[in-house]
Amino acid sequence: MQAVLLVDFGSTYTKVTIVDLETERIIGTAQAGTTIETNMMEGLHQALEKIPEPRDGWQFVRKLACSSAAGGLKMVASGLVKELTAEAARRAALGAGARVLQVFSYELSASDQEKIGALKPDILLLAGGTDGGNKEILLKNAEHLAELPFSIPVVVAGNKVVALQAAEILRKRHHPVVVAENVMPELNVLAVDSARLAIREVFLDNIIHAKGLDKAEEFMERVLMPTPAAVLSAAELLAQGFDDEAGLGELLIVDVGGATTDVHSLAQGEPSKPGVMLKGLPEPYAKRTVEGDLGMRYSALALGEAVGKRLAKHLGWTEEKVHRQLELYVAEPWRVPESEEESSFDTAMGRLAVELAVERHVGRIEVVYTPFGASYIQQGKDLTPLPVVIGTGGVLLRNAQPLGILAGAVFNPAEPTLLKPQEPEFYLDKDYILAAMGLLREISPLAALRMMKKYLVKI
Amino acid sequence: MEQKTLILGVIGADVHAVGNRILDYAFTQAGFKVINIGVLASQEEFIQAAIETNADVILVSSLYGHGEIDCRGLREKCQESGIGNILLYVGGNLVVGKQDFAPVERLFKGMGFDRIYPPGTMPDVPIANLRQDLGLV
Ligand code: B12
Repeated sequence: MQAVLLVDFGSTYTKVTIVDLETERIIGTAQAGTTIETNMMEGLHQALEKIPEPRDGWQFVRKLACSSAAGGLKMVASGLVKELTAEAARRAALGAGARVLQVFSYELSASDQEKIGALKPDILLLAGGTDGGNKEILLKNAEHLAELPFSIPVVVAGNKVVALQAAEILRKRHHPVVVAENVMPELNVLAVDSARLAIREVFLDNIIHAKGLDKAEEFMERVLMPTPAAVLSAAELLAQGFDDEAGLGELLIVDVGGATTDVHSLAQGEPSKPGVMLKGLPEPYAKRTVEGDLGMRYSALALGEAVGKRLAKHLGWTEEKVHRQLELYVAEPWRVPESEEESSFDTAMGRLAVELAVERHVGRIEVVYTPFGASYIQQGKDLTPLPVVIGTGGVLLRNAQPLGILAGAVFNPAEPTLLKPQEPEFYLDKDYILAAMGLLREISPLAALRMMKKYLVKI
Repeated sequence: MEQKTLILGVIGADVHAVGNRILDYAFTQAGFKVINIGVLASQEEFIQAAIETNADVILVSSLYGHGEIDCRGLREKCQESGIGNILLYVGGNLVVGKQDFAPVERLFKGMGFDRIYPPGTMPDVPIANLRQDLGLV
């Protein structure tokens, strides 16, 4: 046996997955409450104890971890035009697995500075200007950021002509300051890979220590990446395949959790019908969106607000009753449905969360009525031909009707402008292993791919 | 000498793409950095592109006869966005049918355009004008 220990230090749970690399099997999975304040290792050991130990004890050949504990990787991004470099910076941060607290555009004002000070992000991403384009914004914002009262790690990914100069200014106050390639080197060209790598580098070198996650490294080898980055990496592998082992093709992953609903798409998303023109900023092949108002527990009330009367209507409940139940979920975030009625509430809630989250993730098609006829413009990704939708996340996996929830991801003929998958097959991450497989990919992509294909179940 | 940047696009709900490609080619050959935002471009897209790329001039095409409605307010929005002094050129078939050009030119001058071109203008004319306006000659 070649046992590998894969750990996800989550904000509420620490999830442990042990796999055997030789036979490509899961030996066990377990979870226990995360206790970052006291000692991260406690949750890990509690979870480990739930998996029967072999007679001669565990002999782990590798021990890898990812983490979203201590608030996850908190980032603030800043760019010039809201729809252009600021948006590109936001996407780069999301793709790196960050929780994007806020995105700023144009010159940072005194109140923006104050906000950044109050938000205390783990990393700042500073963009602005295409290469050879606007120079002032990067330099001015670097000056403004250098006035902050404390040091924050900064990644500079703006106009290359002044990027080094901006970094010099930032270094007067901040450490480290890493220069990456421009997130938008040319107008409407998105190039987020270099910034993503730089963010990961800073995460490894600085954030892990700052958050006290290095305590885990006494037992584990390394905390390699933020959990969402691990999930995105697993998704990419599963979509594209490795060597001769085929992947599943383009796919969508919906992660329904207590605090957020995350959607990952691994797809080009080009127009599937002839005569449609693409407009706007192109989207990354591996795209991640996070809906902070669509969580099933911590953010249940925000979800109630986002879906409006639809929840009451769907269930045939009064609005007061719906509200009481939502409040109960916020008060007891670990709550598991206790009755038939509560179960159906959970399903309805999940369904609407997925509907909205996928709606916000996918592209849309717009009909422009010229005085002489109609033309079609697409913004974002066309996912209508997408063959695979995968469900994961604590709340979804514990629900008795995951398919009822995931059905929210499907194209709705009543809203034909939203380019959701039309006839996908559904899979469930039943053993909750996607993040672990993203970690395993670092040492054995082939095994990680084969195991995902084996352990994700079609529903 | 630093390369000068220009924004090129066809404004409004207009899909005529051929002239746009010819202008792109001609201005690129003439040594300019052309940022082509293509057809169906809104005023906002022209302006955002100009800000981000620090462009020196915006070249607007309108072929389908609705140039007046589509172009109105562009100068004011530029001013509002902090690029009020950028050069604005416009050309194509700006109004419906064959009309006397002098009033058309006056109309667009009043809307804040620096140079206005009649239908069928060949690229060498605006290229020469632009070199002059940017002090390259
Ligand atoms: C091909 C064509 C189409 C094609 C376009 C295909 C495509 N995707 O490009 C299709 C069939 C889609 C089409 C549709 C329509 N068209 Co049409 N079309 C033409 C046609 C025959 C040729 C256009 C062309 O490519 N010319 C060649 C290029 C190289 O020339 P250009 O576009 O004029 O550009 C040059 C100059 O004008 C100049 N220039 C252009 N812009 C600028 C900007 C600046 C700053 C400068 C300096 C110079 C400059 O430089 C360019 C290069 O030299 C013209 C008639 C004609 N012969 O011009 C009608 C014409 C432009 N169309 C016309 C009309 C009315 C329409 C429709 C409304 C028809 C309808 N009833 O549906 C629709 C509108 C659709 C829409 N929403 O835009 C009218 C416009 C009338 C007006 N302005 O008063 C024209 C003039 C035909 C006519 N005589 O009635 N059309």
